[in-house]
Amino acid sequence: MATVTSYGQRLGNRVAVGMIILALIVFLAPIAWIGATAFKPRNLATTVPPTIFFAPEVSPFVKLFTKRVQLKPNEKVDYESAPWWERIVLDGGERISRTGRGEVQLSGYPSRFLNSLIVAITSTFLAVAMGTITAYGFSRFKVKGEADWLFFILSTRMLPPVVVAIPMFLMYRAVGLNDTHLGLIILYTAFNVSFAVWLMKGFIDEIPREYEEAALVDGYTRMEAFFKIVLPEAATGIAATAVFCFITAWNEYAFALIMTNRRAQTAPPFIPSQVGSGLPDWTVIASGTALFLLPVAIFTFLLRNHLLRGMSFGAIRK
Amino acid sequence: MARIELETVSKTFSDHAALKDLCLDIADGEFFVLLGPTGAGKTTTLRLIAGLEEPTTGQIRINGDAVNDWGPAQRDVALVLQQYSLYPRLTVRDNLRFPLRSKIRNASPAEIAERVAYAAKTLRIEHLLDRKTDRLSGGEMQRVSIGRAIVRKPQVFLMDEPLSNLDAKLREAMRTELKDLQMRLGATFLFVTHDQVEAMTMGDRMGVLNHGKLEQIGTPHDIYRNPRNDFVAGFVGSPAINLLPGHIESGRAVVTPGSFELPLTTAPAKATGGVTFGIRPEDLQITSGAPLAAVVHDVENHGTEQVVTLRVGTTHLRASVPAHIGIKVEEQVRFGWSPDKVIFFDGETGVNIGRAV
Ligand SMILES: Nc1ncnc2c1ncn2[C@@H]1O[C@H](COP(=O)(O)OP(=O)(O)OP(=O)(O)O)[C@@H](O)[C@H]1O
Ligand SMILES: [Mg+2]
Repeated sequence: MATVTSYGQRLGNRVAVGMIILALIVFLAPIAWIGATAFKPRNLATTVPPTIFFAPEVSPFVKLFTKRVQLKPNEKVDYESAPWWERIVLDGGERISRTGRGEVQLSGYPSRFLNSLIVAITSTFLAVAMGTITAYGFSRFKVKGEADWLFFILSTRMLPPVVVAIPMFLMYRAVGLNDTHLGLIILYTAFNVSFAVWLMKGFIDEIPREYEEAALVDGYTRMEAFFKIVLPEAATGIAATAVFCFITAWNEYAFALIMTNRRAQTAPPFIPSQVGSGLPDWTVIASGTALFLLPVAIFTFLLRNHLLRGMSFGAIRK
Repeated sequence: MARIELETVSKTFSDHAALKDLCLDIADGEFFVLLGPTGAGKTTTLRLIAGLEEPTTGQIRINGDAVNDWGPAQRDVALVLQQYSLYPRLTVRDNLRFPLRSKIRNASPAEIAERVAYAAKTLRIEHLLDRKTDRLSGGEMQRVSIGRAIVRKPQVFLMDEPLSNLDAKLREAMRTELKDLQMRLGATFLFVTHDQVEAMTMGDRMGVLNHGKLEQIGTPHDIYRNPRNDFVAGFVGSPAINLLPGHIESGRAVVTPGSFELPLTTAPAKATGGVTFGIRPEDLQITSGAPLAAVVHDVENHGTEQVVTLRVGTTHLRASVPAHIGIKVEEQVRFGWSPDKVIFFDGETGVNIGRAV
């Protein structure tokens, strides 16, 4: 940290702070909008100019999680004995659909959200684990044609993945991977693994091999040395790589839309599909999106200390 | 404890020969110093013995066992590295425990505690045990890494310039400590350094390595008195030996640059053509009655002695004289040498062809 500052530096600092504030406004505005819309009554969601002050409601969330049908013109409902969350729906001119046994029917959202979690977490774990081990191999052992292999691995990212969507779809259909968790996990792992290899190679190259060699001489096997010495040293890199992979898998839209429709569908293709059911209700979409943002936000927040170091890609040590 | 043998060991990295036909036989319990300039292949030699590299050709034996196919863990050697010698993130105590916790050693917690305590006491690092290693000074780190070697009671200690990061005073103290430690443990030490003072003071025997070739093996005294060639002569000894190219004419040494003559007692039979005369600075005398005139080029004070650089024409010679003699730069002096101390090297090959008696 510079403790002695000149006038020029102070001015520079102010400009920098100003830019950061500007950037924050640009980045946070959509999120603020989503967050606000998620709590708005339906009739205020699309006003022009936007409504900024309103009494927040939880109705969008109730609607998000339940399956509803429009009330028929003269339909009789037992408004008095309905619980508070059901009344909210009734107030909106809809009723929550129930099974024959009277159980509330959930919307597709919870299961889509769970699918997203399963697919993103599993594929992130696989991509990071495979990437780390591969990077370790490239970093520590003599690999014939190392540069060519690394280029080849990177080349898998040189075209937009959607380009291969149709052949992938046909292949998946042939082997029965359509609309399965496994199918999406394989796809996302494949996207991410090349990226993970490259990122992790940079981090592992930074770890002096003397540490492992000392462990080898001290009576440990290569594997033990890897787990005891290399992994803890690479934690920062692993955290950074995991966040990137998780975000990619979590937000992926195109393949999820093409390859899944029910059982394994993730949240991204599901949320917009809600626009079409009945009249567009933007508050429900906003609440679904707001919840969808949370896991990435939490994950990133938990790893923020590692990330700050990791984002510099090893440039700042210790 | 153990004997280490290297039989015509060579190591080639892609197309660069780092070691060429190295032969070494280090006796059980010996303190052997490998001395050489940077890039000579010292670290490579240690890594080969430790099992971190495989020799391209040749055989390595520890205690008679051919260990070429053994992994580092099996060889039971301890390695103190030039740098990055400690595990980060661990405390000093955990660093010392680390080798004992390996599955192959299977030490009980009581035994681990006892050995760590012993090592800490021996190296006087008990007060550091609970510190993180990144909070240690260079000297403390070196001690801890030596400690990590001695907790194991290995057959062989391999040390790669363990004192190079220390200040002069601490280095001197550690030299005696290490030597002491080796005597107490009775272990075989292979100590690598580029500092010839370390080699001279610590080694029972030493080997001089240059460009991957072992130039000479012997006791420090032997090598100092009778260097095999002009490289060894120039590398061992401080201040460095004077190497003066010339030839012998009617029983006198004629030094070519400056063309001055000095007396000789004997001349080796092989000294027919060009000869390089080697004379140690302590065997040059600066006295008023000496045969040759020179100008004092430079004076370096080393405390008990001073190293005087003399200029004769374009030739520079180093002489060490007691500190109390007053000598000024650019002063005219007379000097001579002890003819019985001259070492003769072949002018072409640099090989030692004899010394005066
Ligand atoms: N892994 C390697 N790949 C290629 N060349 C290497 C490798 N390790 C060492 N060398 C080369 O082998 C030669 C000997 O290296 P080594 O590290 O043994 O020298 P050293 O005597 O320990 O030097 P220093 O005093 O600087 O530590 C050097 O020329 C070095 O560049
Ligand atoms: Mg070295």
